[in-house]
Amino acid sequence: MNRRRFLPILPILTLLAMLGPVAAGLWGTLLPAFGHLPAAGLIGPSLEPFRDLFDWAGLPRAMLLSISTGLLATSISLAIVMLVTAGWSGTKPFRALERLLSPLLSVPHAAAAFGLAFLIAPSGWASRLLSPGLTGWDRPPDLLIVQDTWGLTMTAGLIVKEVPFLLLITLAALGQADAQRSVAISQALGYGRVTGWLKTVFPRVYAQIRPPIYVVLAYSMSVVDVAVILGPNTPPSLSVQIVKWMSDPDLAMRLEGAAGALLQLGLVIGALVFWRLGEFVFARLGAHWVGSGMRGKLDRPVALAALAAGAICALSVLFGLVVLTIWSFAGFWGFPDALPDGFTMRNWMRFGPGTLEALGETALIAITVALVALILTIGCLEAEYRYGLTFSQRAVWLLYLPLLIPQTAFLPGLQTLMLSIGADEGRIPVMLAHLVFVLPYVFLSLADPFRAWDTRMGTIAAALRSSPNGVLWRVRMPMLLRPILTALAVGLAVSVGQYLATLLIGGGRVATLTTEAVALASGGDRRAIGVYGLMQTGAALVPFALALLIPTIAWRNRRGLRHG
Amino acid sequence: MDKGLSLRQVSIAKDGAPLLSVTHDIAPGEVLTVMGPSGVGKSTLLAFITGTLAPAFTVTGEVWLDGQNITHAAPHQRRVGILFQDDLLFPHLSVGANLAFGLQPGGSAAERKAKIAKALEEVGLEGFEDRDPATLSGGQKARIALMRMLLSEPCGLLLDEPFSRLDAERRAQVRDMVFDRARARALPVLMVTHDAEDAQAAGGVVINLGGA
Amino acid sequence: MKHLAVLAALLAPVPALADIDPANWEAVTAEAEGQTVFWNAWGGSTTTNDFIAWVGERVMEDYGVTLEHVKLTDTADAVTRVLSEKQAGEDDDGAVDMIWINGANFAAMKEADLLFGPYAEQLPNWAVVDVEGKTVQTDFTVPTDGFESPWAMAQVVFVHDTADMPDGLGSMQELLEWTAANPGRFSYPQPPDFLGTTFLKQVLVDILPDPSVLADPATDENYDEITAPLWSYLDELTPNLWREGKAYPPTGTAMFPLIADGELDLSISFSPGAASTAIANNELPPSVRTFVLDKGTIGNASFVAIPYNSGSKAGAMVVANFLMSPEAQVRAQNPEILGYGTVLNMDALSEEDRAAFEALDLGIATLSPAELGTVQDEPHPSWATRIADDWMTRYGVSE
Repeated sequence: MNRRRFLPILPILTLLAMLGPVAAGLWGTLLPAFGHLPAAGLIGPSLEPFRDLFDWAGLPRAMLLSISTGLLATSISLAIVMLVTAGWSGTKPFRALERLLSPLLSVPHAAAAFGLAFLIAPSGWASRLLSPGLTGWDRPPDLLIVQDTWGLTMTAGLIVKEVPFLLLITLAALGQADAQRSVAISQALGYGRVTGWLKTVFPRVYAQIRPPIYVVLAYSMSVVDVAVILGPNTPPSLSVQIVKWMSDPDLAMRLEGAAGALLQLGLVIGALVFWRLGEFVFARLGAHWVGSGMRGKLDRPVALAALAAGAICALSVLFGLVVLTIWSFAGFWGFPDALPDGFTMRNWMRFGPGTLEALGETALIAITVALVALILTIGCLEAEYRYGLTFSQRAVWLLYLPLLIPQTAFLPGLQTLMLSIGADEGRIPVMLAHLVFVLPYVFLSLADPFRAWDTRMGTIAAALRSSPNGVLWRVRMPMLLRPILTALAVGLAVSVGQYLATLLIGGGRVATLTTEAVALASGGDRRAIGVYGLMQTGAALVPFALALLIPTIAWRNRRGLRHG
Repeated sequence: MDKGLSLRQVSIAKDGAPLLSVTHDIAPGEVLTVMGPSGVGKSTLLAFITGTLAPAFTVTGEVWLDGQNITHAAPHQRRVGILFQDDLLFPHLSVGANLAFGLQPGGSAAERKAKIAKALEEVGLEGFEDRDPATLSGGQKARIALMRMLLSEPCGLLLDEPFSRLDAERRAQVRDMVFDRARARALPVLMVTHDAEDAQAAGGVVINLGGA
Repeated sequence: MKHLAVLAALLAPVPALADIDPANWEAVTAEAEGQTVFWNAWGGSTTTNDFIAWVGERVMEDYGVTLEHVKLTDTADAVTRVLSEKQAGEDDDGAVDMIWINGANFAAMKEADLLFGPYAEQLPNWAVVDVEGKTVQTDFTVPTDGFESPWAMAQVVFVHDTADMPDGLGSMQELLEWTAANPGRFSYPQPPDFLGTTFLKQVLVDILPDPSVLADPATDENYDEITAPLWSYLDELTPNLWREGKAYPPTGTAMFPLIADGELDLSISFSPGAASTAIANNELPPSVRTFVLDKGTIGNASFVAIPYNSGSKAGAMVVANFLMSPEAQVRAQNPEILGYGTVLNMDALSEEDRAAFEALDLGIATLSPAELGTVQDEPHPSWATRIADDWMTRYGVSE
């Protein structure tokens, strides 16, 4: 009886857990942005913070960086994914790429960024492998590659991580788009593979993957950890500068940071509107193109280029991890040697204990948060099933809302708010902040398989006199073991990768693998970065491996569940 | 009427538009067949009786089973068994565990085991306890699904196009088996189908819906 | 300066000091047992992190104090935290129990009454601290007044790879000429990084005919005139910097891999022994050496301070005292571990402790105390703050 009353409130509780901190954080940003911070004796409203903000000489460049990084990273990764799918879906190379990219999805952004930096810097592995033989360099060229003024390397770092994400999202959408038959028909009409796909399947797929694309755009514009590692510093991107202001001992800076956070929010909203308008223009042009009846002459080279780009994304993350591994075992490694003078356990002996401690903290937070998110998600979906609730399209956007609002817009406000109400910073607030980001991903990951479950199984079980809870525990959850574990792994990976939420809400007291690794970026000790980056990657990857392995072992004698 | 399944002025409408109305008493051991093309609301009628109707439908009328009004009872408390065209064996459980799921609680482990063995024997599948349901043939699965349902000791049985997935040869065999078992246990049976042969084999009253 | 005024305005009431008496050492150690001390210290150097971890093990063994290293990217974060807690009325058990601090951050916290004390000179190990020869009672010309206790001495040294740059340089003017001849081979950490700001001060101290003007606070009247030579120096230097001054290493330790790769020939460090330590950790090639300028280089002490609202003051004092112990000081000075200069007076030590110091091999790249030469005083902190702010406007947002 209790449970019956508990279940219907779960959807509301879930929305509250997801949107409450965002709303509170925005409120905590809004007031100081207009000069109102009573805890510091400052009474608003005043436009002083905005005046200070616009006085900062670096602002135009910082804003431009935020916009250019976001738009470039989103459009390039979208183009790669669409063209690869158009040219190759259903083929062997596509399956190979898919298999290569899926595990890379869970590699934390910071580790991927470090790997990329270690690869493409003037003294990076790529340069070492080619020198001095091909390049003639016996010392690294004085080239501004990493932390370049235009943020191109930072953009590249985002692209290599967004491509796997968008590819998996696209694959999920393809199933509902009846892609194969559309392409077959357009090919029968003489269209090239890519052109046929773009003209018939793309509009349907795009409509499905629109929300995640917006997420990618908002995220790329306001990312902090990747920007700290790969982005410029003279000046940094707006979000990095906001974090700097928020941690300045001068309180006036905190107001300026809040004003910057609002500006960042405005930029993201503006970019989303711009993108939406771009969609209309693109649709107009596309309709024109479809009407032209052109069959596509460049299909082959375009498809090849897209496949190459996709492969480069996958390989740069992969080789990034390899070079992190080499550094973690490296003795002295001078330029231009392709490999270190020697390999040693010394680095692991030195940093191993520290990483284990951070791993414990990371695991504690991630497991708690992912489990809570899973329980809330299953509760919501089960309530939806039992009470026949349906989610409207608008409710789906609510799920994406916490991912669309830039972290730098509400996390600093949340921190200020927590301080002013005297809430203690530490592990539990960090968990709550992580939940905001983990919940949507867990929900999105589990919702489709959960809803796709044959409800006649439930009818049969009920007819066999099994109670609703019995059906859930004895039939539905065991049958959905694989997607449930996958959703849990997604939740764990998202939590493991959280940087800003841990840093700001944890008040520096909560040291996870990610905060430790990013903190090491400023020290530049590549051996330590190698060790921490690998541990961080492992923490995110191992759950995925288990999510594959456990159902395979548990259901090894159940052919009906082998492919979930 | 004490025993049997009664539909009393049951009218089903979807989004306000009427679909069907039925009033009928099914005596123990009797079969009522509801025929009609897909989309006339046959399965909806069954969902109403099992208590799993989607909220888009509105229903008036009552369902009585063995002298009790079960119209508003929870699905798992209605004691109405159902078989679908798919066997819907639980893929994560062995054949034996599927049957155990259906078997009413009570009795020692050895007794339960014996009951399951006996049920398997009854349908000619002795020794199948540890098999993975996915490795069975269609006819075997159908027989297991039937026995699983019967082990739960229902007071009425619903059949939703139960034989349409089986090939012609197995079809008659499984159909006879189902009707025999239902009669032997004196169960009132409500079958929906679009297959005239099934209706004929059932040998009871046939209600034709939607057929012009 | 702006923030000092804000601090002062905000934090008028002085916290009551009903705390434990530092002079009663027995009571301190008794209360310390079982306490957890959150030491907020810059976490970018793995060798320092290792050292702090060792300190944690030792104070646990001897005093039952649990030490947690809160790894900061910027010491100002800890200052902000204490400040925020004060605003929020968290006066009894703040998040920060001890801060690795000096310079402007200390001046700000002391001014705003955010520190516990005086306690430093009551600690038992204060007796062996070199009060005469080392700047342990002033911090960037601000008197410490016992509100922070020293634990390491630092002095600017230049780090060069003799494989590419055989000889050291005698002055900042020579450095300017050398970079013109070897563009792209030198850089300094990006201010407001501590070491980067120190480089700017070192330039100013070296090129000013009379650096003693820097001992007094900077004023609106004299600031522009006195710093003018610095800006013209930097205008000339910047195009010849690594990456043409479009990017800077974030910290001092980030320059080591750049030297190891041969991207830089020359960099700067605030720790005379750091280069030797880095060689031992494979982070620098064995051909690296250090040098100081003819007129000497800036030096200062690293301190620890205890916030007024720490809930573990006794534990923090135990840690602070242990940091000044000969055992910790020998270990800190060992170049294979940390390579920090000691704050102790060798003459005040026991025979045995002195021998431990003398037995240390300072490392191949470490200058002896005599070679380190004259230590120049840090300018008043107001200079560093203004210079760093100015630098960010002039060079931190390069086009």
